[in-house]
Amino acid sequence: MPTGEQASFSVEASGEGGHRVALSGAWTLGAVLPPVDRVLAALRAAGAEQACVDSGGVERYDSVLPAFLFELAAAGERAGIKLTEDGLPGDVTRLLGIARSVPARDDGKRSGPSGIVGRFGHAIMEGFRSAADLLRFFGRGIAATGELLTGRSAMRMRDLTDIFVGVTVAALPIVSLISLLVGLIIAFLGAVVLRQFAAEFAVAYLVGYGMLREMGAVMTGVIMAGRTGAGFAAEIGSMRVNEEIDALETFGIRPFGFLVLPRVIALSIAMPLLTVYANVVGIFGGYLVSDFMIGVPAPIFFEEMVRVVGVKDFWLGVFKGYVFGIVVALSGCLRGLQCGSGAGAVGIAATRAVVLGITLIIICNAIIDWAAATLGI
Amino acid sequence: MRDTTQSSDTERESAVRVSGLRLAYDDFLVLDGLEFDIRRGEIFAIMGGSGCGKSTLLKHLIGLRDPAAGSIFFGGEDFVKASESDRRRIQRRFGVLYQQGALWSSMTLAENVALPLETYTRLKAARIRQIVAFKLALVGLAGFEAFYPAQISGGMRKRAALARAIALDPDILFFDEPSAGLDPVTSRRLDRTILQLRESLGTTVVLVTHELESLFALADRALFLDAEQKRSTALGSPTDLRNNPPNEAVAAFLRREAE
Repeated sequence: MPTGEQASFSVEASGEGGHRVALSGAWTLGAVLPPVDRVLAALRAAGAEQACVDSGGVERYDSVLPAFLFELAAAGERAGIKLTEDGLPGDVTRLLGIARSVPARDDGKRSGPSGIVGRFGHAIMEGFRSAADLLRFFGRGIAATGELLTGRSAMRMRDLTDIFVGVTVAALPIVSLISLLVGLIIAFLGAVVLRQFAAEFAVAYLVGYGMLREMGAVMTGVIMAGRTGAGFAAEIGSMRVNEEIDALETFGIRPFGFLVLPRVIALSIAMPLLTVYANVVGIFGGYLVSDFMIGVPAPIFFEEMVRVVGVKDFWLGVFKGYVFGIVVALSGCLRGLQCGSGAGAVGIAATRAVVLGITLIIICNAIIDWAAATLGI
Repeated sequence: MRDTTQSSDTERESAVRVSGLRLAYDDFLVLDGLEFDIRRGEIFAIMGGSGCGKSTLLKHLIGLRDPAAGSIFFGGEDFVKASESDRRRIQRRFGVLYQQGALWSSMTLAENVALPLETYTRLKAARIRQIVAFKLALVGLAGFEAFYPAQISGGMRKRAALARAIALDPDILFFDEPSAGLDPVTSRRLDRTILQLRESLGTTVVLVTHELESLFALADRALFLDAEQKRSTALGSPTDLRNNPPNEAVAAFLRREAE
């Protein structure tokens, strides 16, 4: 807490060609302190090669004084100025003695990239590494699937069913709410625009096409990335922190087959089902706006929708759900297995899983849409 | 397959032989020039102050990390250079007790002990249940089969993890700080269990610890690691090392004194 007290110094030439740094005032936690660099700059300006720090003029002090002297001596050594101390109180001398009794380890410092260019380059390299990790992880997924098909996998069927039930049932309320609102929003926006062309009946087309081909799968994918993907990362990350993954590995049980595969399979089954459910709820939301706001009744709404929206639109959405399920599960499990040590690392793993999951959903969606447009689906 | 004809006499005597081992995290050197062997059936302690690389050495011995250089032989087979399938085959002969137990938290104690048996044997479920009940009884946890790790105390978790570690009747048992987080009485009880299991099963035991009570109660020989010198500085029986310490750091450690 600032007290308004002032700590100050002055550099003077002393006899025998040396210099003296005289400290005065209050050297306490609440005082305004001079930076070490300024003291060194003053010594350099005076042409000092060695100097004695005299704290005889210090009125009050706490641990700030030895901390300052500790850093000043180390900085002086790096700058080629030898500093000695004079007139220190006994307790400060003792504290400095303890701090200097074990020399700092040179190899204890980890160097990282410095400067904007260095950090930018480092971030780009991290991005490439992350992409390579994901590809490698995907490859391991294919190999693990091969092991499963040949009966060599460590996966337990009970884990698969538990995870499937857990992710599907628990996600229903949030998927219901979000899908209903998305259906309402699409219909509402459509109504506003289409009314200008007296084409309100086409709201059914917009809702059906939008939900089945895009929004049903994408919104369910985003929900599952935030809910289940993060959950997978946190769960596996905690297992990494608690050495449970190490225990699996030393028993020769591959974590991929045991932990990742049941989650990927469970979500790749759950996501298409949830997507179909989200489509139904979203279309119902669109119908509510259509009937109660624009006055297009149910028979016309659904007749219009069935006329223009085909089975291929339905299956395209289901296929997207399947792909997004794999992507979300792989993202969560990858970030979980990459989790560092400590409780904080679990939170970071969960956050990174969500970011990776949503990013990949958007990328995969764009690729599938492009492929569908090219193939005329 | 293991080629026993190529093994020397020393290798047959040794359960583990470490040669020219260098351990590093990226460019951060932890330990270098490690040379020692662990004899079959002995309790071998890896000792040293905090941060000297004891647990790191253990992680390398059990194959969780690859060394920067050097070799680790198990019964004459080079573990470091072995193919992945050979490494897994060698790892199946290990039992590891981690510092916090590392029981799989989503499984009951019975499921924890049963998983290695289900993975590596073709035993029927009833036989596995029988073995699991026996292994849990060996560590004093009979009747705790249906408990989850979160429902039992730290000492019980350690003992349950020990039951899991001996599930496949391993040749070598590795213990990472078995006394960590335990009160002295529970800690001594665990020491006694380790000693009894070694005497009954004839298993080689590798023990990472800085507990002097455990060291003198259990270890036949001890290897001392030095964080400053980044190498091992002494190897011998704990009592000999206490009576005739080869250097001041070992003497101070065994006298419980700060340097």
